[in-house]
Amino acid sequence: MLTIATGNKAVAAAVKAAKPGVIAAYPITPQTEIVEQIAEYVTAGDLKSQYIPVESEHSAMAACIGASAGGVRTFTATSSHGLLYMHEMVHWAAGARLPIVMANVNRALGPGWNTWAEHSDAFSQRDTGWLQVFVSTVQEAYDATLMAFKIAEHEDVLLPVMVNLDGFALSHIMQSLETVEIGDFLPAYHLPHAIDTENPLVYGPMTGPADYFRFRWDIERSMRDARGVIADVEREFAERFGRSYGPTEDYRCEDADVIVIAMGTLGKEAEVAVDRLRDEGIKAGSMRLRWFRPFPDLDLARREVVVIDRDYSFGFGGVLAHAVRSKTGIAPYSVIAGLGGQEVTYNDIADFVRNRHPGEETWFGVSDHV
Amino acid sequence: MSAIPKEEYLFKCTSACAGCSSSLCLRYVLKAAGPDSVLVVPACCTSVIQGIYPGTAMNVPVYNIAFAAAAACASGLSNALAALGKETNVIVYAGDGGTVDIGIQALSGAFERGTDFLYICYDNEAYGNTGMQRSGATPLGARTTTTPGGKPTAKKDLDRIVEAHNPPYMATACSAYPLDLYKKVKKALSIPGPKFIHILAPCPPGWRYPTEKTVEMGKLAVKTGTWILYEREFGKLTINGPSKAAMKRPAPLEEYINGQGRFKNLSPEIMDEMRQQVEQNIQRLSREEAGVC
Repeated sequence: MLTIATGNKAVAAAVKAAKPGVIAAYPITPQTEIVEQIAEYVTAGDLKSQYIPVESEHSAMAACIGASAGGVRTFTATSSHGLLYMHEMVHWAAGARLPIVMANVNRALGPGWNTWAEHSDAFSQRDTGWLQVFVSTVQEAYDATLMAFKIAEHEDVLLPVMVNLDGFALSHIMQSLETVEIGDFLPAYHLPHAIDTENPLVYGPMTGPADYFRFRWDIERSMRDARGVIADVEREFAERFGRSYGPTEDYRCEDADVIVIAMGTLGKEAEVAVDRLRDEGIKAGSMRLRWFRPFPDLDLARREVVVIDRDYSFGFGGVLAHAVRSKTGIAPYSVIAGLGGQEVTYNDIADFVRNRHPGEETWFGVSDHV
Repeated sequence: MSAIPKEEYLFKCTSACAGCSSSLCLRYVLKAAGPDSVLVVPACCTSVIQGIYPGTAMNVPVYNIAFAAAAACASGLSNALAALGKETNVIVYAGDGGTVDIGIQALSGAFERGTDFLYICYDNEAYGNTGMQRSGATPLGARTTTTPGGKPTAKKDLDRIVEAHNPPYMATACSAYPLDLYKKVKKALSIPGPKFIHILAPCPPGWRYPTEKTVEMGKLAVKTGTWILYEREFGKLTINGPSKAAMKRPAPLEEYINGQGRFKNLSPEIMDEMRQQVEQNIQRLSREEAGVC
């Protein structure tokens, strides 16, 4: 069905289609619209889920852990400080191998209070064992949320998935949305290690170094296997519903001399910048990184690269810039831009490319070439 | 004791300290709950007592969870089981630190939401498995590794905090009275909604008394009126047998205090304050039971 919706409402619509058994909900700007919309679905009887209005994000993730282990599909949504407050349980969910799906509406971190887009919240959770996908349109927010359940619950993955969408820049933007009849795209929830009183097991007890180390390796093995599962699920989604996605979304990259790499809405904005640059005779392309964990292999041979980071690792550098550098050996022009919702237009992005200094870092509008 | 089933859900291979009363209580809790039960355990002595992977002393599913998260995890599990149409008992078994301190927000939230579960706090009045640091449940005057001079403030009144949530059932219990505990768990599990049982669980290494005196220490806590056994069903208070007698004629507080190394060298002033606290507690509960509030 073709409609229009915000990014938040698109996530809620996908959750409705996925029919989780339990949803834990706690409000935080700019995510709140997701849990409000789901509450409306549940109250109206359009979604028969147990809706737990928890008293904190720490409890939201703890409730999802209990519910997922108890044998039902689970969902929660958060943002920024909420994600950080649940950090302990974010680790726990992955370690417990639970296929929880969470929408994280990317937002800056205080102080001072700032509710606009930034990726530092999600990147602060990058080493937790969660799969992380970043979307750029309302349609993609819907599609990625639906696929997240299937990827997370795949027997070769059994890890939680975080669907990231930019605060306000996507969460509150209206775009067209085509919802689908999912049919049997999502199989019934099956967790091999679900709690079963007929087969009493102990979950997460004290564990010595040898077993603990092996469990950590099991997470990484699944994270590696997830690459193939993601590709399979995205291929099946394309076959069934006609929209295809990949680990990156590449735009005019084939013959490009310089490629802009960015994530979320800035990654989409970069496509317009590429068209402008091409009009000037600069052979530019853009590569929007969708999956941050597992991090994809990037083919950037013989290209110059401009990386836009909507985040920063203090004392080190842009998180994405350094990930690209470590994966490819290329020293990119690292642009730190859009922190705390700073406006970054396609003209600005075109300027980053025109004025690039490979190997250097710039804080857009604040400090040049440091 | 003949009413208590012979089936065991906590085997003899625990890693509990000698004279541990909390593991004794868990044994009776599980006998009352039966096999269609799941235990949710935050960081506490029971995390250790159940044994090290891949071994376990438990014969019901046990879900270990982070310190602050037991009641919230149990909420999710209880709702998942409801979604699946199952009537499995969900029981949190948590220490005092995980209840009165770090876990109290999750506990309060789960009770306010009317979660269908039983929350049991076994209270050894300090952080036990980390080596006896003070918790909010540590009583006035007690020496712990972080209150080497004795705790300067009173024990947090957890029961009045829980009572403020108007749960359909709440009770106190003590490890020295296992049949009373068994009956309370049975009754609690027969009632839908959030239930709460607070067990006083004397701890030989923490309280510094000989291991063979664990049962005696629990009885003295009750006989001196320091710990009062009661139930509150839908708001109505009933004082239980052993405490009825103790509240009329409490044994001298010294009988309980003097046997414990943690109370060594208490000042007369602290001792007086402790006596006053016991007396006030007895009077408050007596008035409530008599309907004179």
